Amino acid sequence: MKKVFEAPKSLKDNLFHYCPGCGHSIIHRLVAEVIDELGIQERTIGVPPAGCAVLAYNYFDVDTGEAPHGRALAVATGIKRVLADHVVFTYQGDGDIAAIGTAESIHAANRGEKVTAIFVNNGTYGMTGGQMAPTTLPGMGSTTTPGGRDVVRDGAPLDLTQMLAEAKGSVFLERVSVATPKGIRKAKKAIKKAFQVQLDGLGFALVEVLSPCPTNWKMDPVAAYEWTDKEMTKIFPVKVIKDITGYDKD
Amino acid sequence: MGEAAVRAGCRYYFGYPITPQNEVPEYMSGRLLQVGGTFVQAESELASVNMVIGAAMAGARVMTSSSSPGVSLMQEGISYLAGLELPAVIANVVRGGPGLGNIAPAQSDYFQATRGGGHGDYRTIVLAPASCQELCDLTFKAFDLADKYRNPVMIMGDGMMGQMMEPVEFPELIDPADLPAKDWTITGAKDRPSRVILSLLLNPKVLEDHNFKLVRKYDAVTREETDWEEYMLEDARQVVVAYGTAARIAKGAIKRVREMGLKVGLLRPKTLWPFPDKPLKELTRVVRQLLVFEMSAGQMVEDVRLAVEGQAQVHLYGRPGGVIPTPDEVAHQISHYYYQAGLMDKDQPSGRLGGAA
Amino acid sequence: MAKGKITIDREKCKGCELCVSVCPKQCIAISTGLNDKGYYPAEFSQGEEGDCCTACTLCALTCPDIAIEVYRG
Repeated sequence: MKKVFEAPKSLKDNLFHYCPGCGHSIIHRLVAEVIDELGIQERTIGVPPAGCAVLAYNYFDVDTGEAPHGRALAVATGIKRVLADHVVFTYQGDGDIAAIGTAESIHAANRGEKVTAIFVNNGTYGMTGGQMAPTTLPGMGSTTTPGGRDVVRDGAPLDLTQMLAEAKGSVFLERVSVATPKGIRKAKKAIKKAFQVQLDGLGFALVEVLSPCPTNWKMDPVAAYEWTDKEMTKIFPVKVIKDITGYDKD
Repeated sequence: MGEAAVRAGCRYYFGYPITPQNEVPEYMSGRLLQVGGTFVQAESELASVNMVIGAAMAGARVMTSSSSPGVSLMQEGISYLAGLELPAVIANVVRGGPGLGNIAPAQSDYFQATRGGGHGDYRTIVLAPASCQELCDLTFKAFDLADKYRNPVMIMGDGMMGQMMEPVEFPELIDPADLPAKDWTITGAKDRPSRVILSLLLNPKVLEDHNFKLVRKYDAVTREETDWEEYMLEDARQVVVAYGTAARIAKGAIKRVREMGLKVGLLRPKTLWPFPDKPLKELTRVVRQLLVFEMSAGQMVEDVRLAVEGQAQVHLYGRPGGVIPTPDEVAHQISHYYYQAGLMDKDQPSGRLGGAA
Repeated sequence: MAKGKITIDREKCKGCELCVSVCPKQCIAISTGLNDKGYYPAEFSQGEEGDCCTACTLCALTCPDIAIEVYRG
């Protein structure tokens, strides 16, 4: 029998520190598979966030540079401006990119920085123990929203990816999910396209990936994946938000 | 400052407008294009310093500049530059503070610069030019220091220097390609294992070792890079300690009091960190009277007191808020303390320069 | 004859049961023995007829810990 599925080359063979059922490591694998398939491992530079994925450098077998919380897209701008022929991607959580890093995200997109952003939306601050994130859904529990997120008290979830569509420099923005195998396949396609946008130097590309966080949602993994697929997509629909790449014309 | 940076091989500048240093980004936005460099006006000083972090990680000579409130926004980034051991040059053209303050020249960011406004045990090499030529020379030198020690280096100017015009001789233009290669940068894992530049060291013992490694670096900087100017110290009975624009004013004041026979000199730190404490301690073998003159409410005075370890009286003449005292005002202070300490020769007329301050 | 088979790395598996939930043929179950980390890892079986697995790779796609390798043919 022929092996038809195995770990991608661009992933180090380390055990993931992530909780059982965490979506992060699936997304790591997808990004690594894309790096393998595009053959860019030797000229790719990753910028991990502060958050659960701060340890991403233990997994991505590419050069990585650690950014302060929220500043990955500014650091990535600095790297890409120096190494224009390299592939630079950021890997950020929802708090990192859509709360503290909002300005950096909007302006990197607006400048059309030729970098690729992977935005992991798990509706919580995972590493710090489950506080409300900009993407926490109304009514959703968190350690800082007693009784669940109250839109009047805590504000409504923020759709950063939609906002980035207004930035002229953004070329390709898609929201995907890893909650189902079908979703995972679509997610990989989107991530690959986002990297291709960078390779073709078209401008800023971002993929937002809905990712379950069983531990902080206080659900078992299977239920968390179900909830992501059914509930999160009501507020954060899985769709292409912007695509002016012109790829699909031919 | 901008031209000196370009001459030093700096091809990347990330900054944000703030008076009184707008001339730097303005100059760099055009000049860098001429040398194939890159200028980015960021959305904030905070973003600027993080772009500097990225460019430094990629191995480039990189700079940003700002003024007091903007430099406050860069403190986290500077702490990261130190923790990540990244070379970068940050210029602070200091203005009156705190808060919005004003846009007049001041020296009230001394603590922030020398003690570090960011978190953790780190030091920033701080250079204090006192003329346009020094602004050029120290900026040029800053890039070498940053690369040599893989540490942030700050140029501490002030609003006066930011707007001053003086003739300057520039060093030869360096082509970045001629700079020594860096073997720690993240430029893509080609023919080598992948590399990470990080400051997250979760194991306390590992972080402690990292901190002690930084301490050894800072000790080396202190041993090799401490720099100061001695002016008319040979026969001085009283010494003024001042840097930057304040030192220029002090020199004017010293000329005035010298004409009246007062034996006064100046010790001018050119590196604020590492602070020239040894020459100051040396001085106290002969001189018991020090007058620290700062365009602030008094910050460097603490380092002077630490340096002399009680072996001399340390007076402070501090003028914060962006006020620029005249040489006469300073001369007045000098003579006041000079006579108060009974330093004049016996046969010297006791005509003092007007009443005490 | 089975069209495919999978291997599950007992020590990498954290017992999240996602593979169990997505396998269209229910060829995976949670074992009763603990792994070194204290998880009940997933276990593969070809079932009574010995041809449960069709190598559709859904389990491996959704496994967060790349504990599953798939073989076809």
